[in-house]
Amino acid sequence: MNATGTAIKYGDNIDTDVIIPARYLNTSDPKELASHCMEDIDKGFLSRVQPGDIMVGGKNFGCGSSREHAPIAIKESGISCVIASTFARIFYRNAINIGLPIVECPEASEKIQAGDKVSVDFDTGVITNVTRGETYQGEPFPSFIQGIIAAGGLMNAIKAGAL
Amino acid sequence: MGMTMTQKILAAHAGLDHVSAGQLIKAKVDLVLGNDITAPVAVNEFEKAGIETVFDRDKIALVMDHFTPNKDIKAAEQVKVVRDFAKKYKITNFFDVGKVGVEHALLPEMGLVKPGDLVIGADSHTCTYGALAAFSTGVGSTDMAAGMATGMCWLKVPTAMRFVLTGKLKPWVSGKDVILHIIGMTGVDGALYQSMEFTGEGLGSLTMEDRLCMANMAIEAGAKNGIFDYDEKTAQYAKEHGCADWTVYKADADAEYTQTYEIDLSAIEPTVSLPHLPENAKPVSDVGEITIDQAVIGSCTNGRIEDLRAAAKIFEGKHVHENVRCIVIPATQKIMLQAMDEGLVKTFIEAGCAVSTPTCGPCLGGHMGILAKGERAVATTNRNFVGRMGSTGSEVYLASPAVAAASAIAGKLVTPESVLGGKA
Repeated sequence: MNATGTAIKYGDNIDTDVIIPARYLNTSDPKELASHCMEDIDKGFLSRVQPGDIMVGGKNFGCGSSREHAPIAIKESGISCVIASTFARIFYRNAINIGLPIVECPEASEKIQAGDKVSVDFDTGVITNVTRGETYQGEPFPSFIQGIIAAGGLMNAIKAGAL
Repeated sequence: MGMTMTQKILAAHAGLDHVSAGQLIKAKVDLVLGNDITAPVAVNEFEKAGIETVFDRDKIALVMDHFTPNKDIKAAEQVKVVRDFAKKYKITNFFDVGKVGVEHALLPEMGLVKPGDLVIGADSHTCTYGALAAFSTGVGSTDMAAGMATGMCWLKVPTAMRFVLTGKLKPWVSGKDVILHIIGMTGVDGALYQSMEFTGEGLGSLTMEDRLCMANMAIEAGAKNGIFDYDEKTAQYAKEHGCADWTVYKADADAEYTQTYEIDLSAIEPTVSLPHLPENAKPVSDVGEITIDQAVIGSCTNGRIEDLRAAAKIFEGKHVHENVRCIVIPATQKIMLQAMDEGLVKTFIEAGCAVSTPTCGPCLGGHMGILAKGERAVATTNRNFVGRMGSTGSEVYLASPAVAAASAIAGKLVTPESVLGGKA
């Protein structure tokens, strides 16, 4: 499985309150959540984002609240993958469980610049920066987690008897 | 290699003699928790998957505390989804307005968590129950749905950081000051993916309220969980709250820690975390002149009876500054009643505070005390991210109930001593 798109870059400690502010959590409709994604730190995000784009963060991406609405909003906005130096652990679980691809890679997080064309191979964890002609090795998922992803998320894995 | 407290609880719940850091396990859960924001998403997932039974109707807690009493029509619809689910599956521990309290104050008070338990909750501050020597961690809504269906959860066994506490807290210094100080040392990702294990002779001087407050904020250091060594106070608390048949897990002498911090409790000052990260911790006496517009005393971090007592002691015979709105939110109905019986509510109201029914409300910028652009609040809550309590142009300063009360009186951030004039 692959994703290719233009990089949208943010800094360290992007918290779930800025990914989707709590004032919008009175709904669980993905489209409505996506319509407010990132608005508290990047008002231009929604007009810029194109289907397939790749979000790049620094360390501790997705810290704070356990709200699954955060990865749901990012996925629904059209983002195909999030790359970060590290992820906060609840966001990491949530992304896997709902099927938003994520890759941990400090080198990619540092070297990818906003607007770079980036491609990610989820099976190998290899990230290619087409614009700069560079590749970075991200952390591929352990097989247990690949099983959840292959089943199409946690609930499907449970139905299939994989958990 | 020996195991930490956390690793022992995980091993026992996975049916294994031994686990090692990094190992992926499937563990049995003793309680699955959700609130009015996260549970509706879990209910949707549960129903979408076509599941028709819950694993145990007594081991699911649904706490309608965030946007309640319903702040608007959409919030009302969300709560209704959960209420209907609770009725359909005869969920024993469904807490609606009138019974509800802030989840992480309510569950220990109801005796729903006991030492040695494994609890998952679709709320990041589920780590609070580590104060009871239990393993508890925040997960998402899909994990909650899976937990309700199967009674199981997948977990990665964490490495651990150890905090050895010595000494005794000074007057007007509380667990909140200690945990803000610690997060200032570790940073907001210093304990990422790890457990924070609190031990040492200093533990004896910390009340259960101090410990619940400290474990509550382990997530603000990035931790998977925070856990306190079991002692007489843990046993007494569990007994008083109706728990029975619990198991005590102690760390092995040769358990491995990535880091050990020694914390001298007597050296900790009243502490505040400046915007916009909990790691921006400083002694209150070092922050200079910072005027405030609002003070919030409450939340899953600091809405317990001891917190209200500390605040009331400072408000006695004094008045909230004319430029400040002070909102006091006892975390549960029981705490509210106790605060009334002890005369604390009277003290608050006479001092010019507004006292609210239990809700998470302002902590997450939900309702009951939203900030305008340019406004500053001192809050006993746990997060001060951009826009957390309202406008993205507002600021939140995290502090203890004593510091929040003193600051509400002074109209600016001050230490409790500075408004008490030496009265301890």
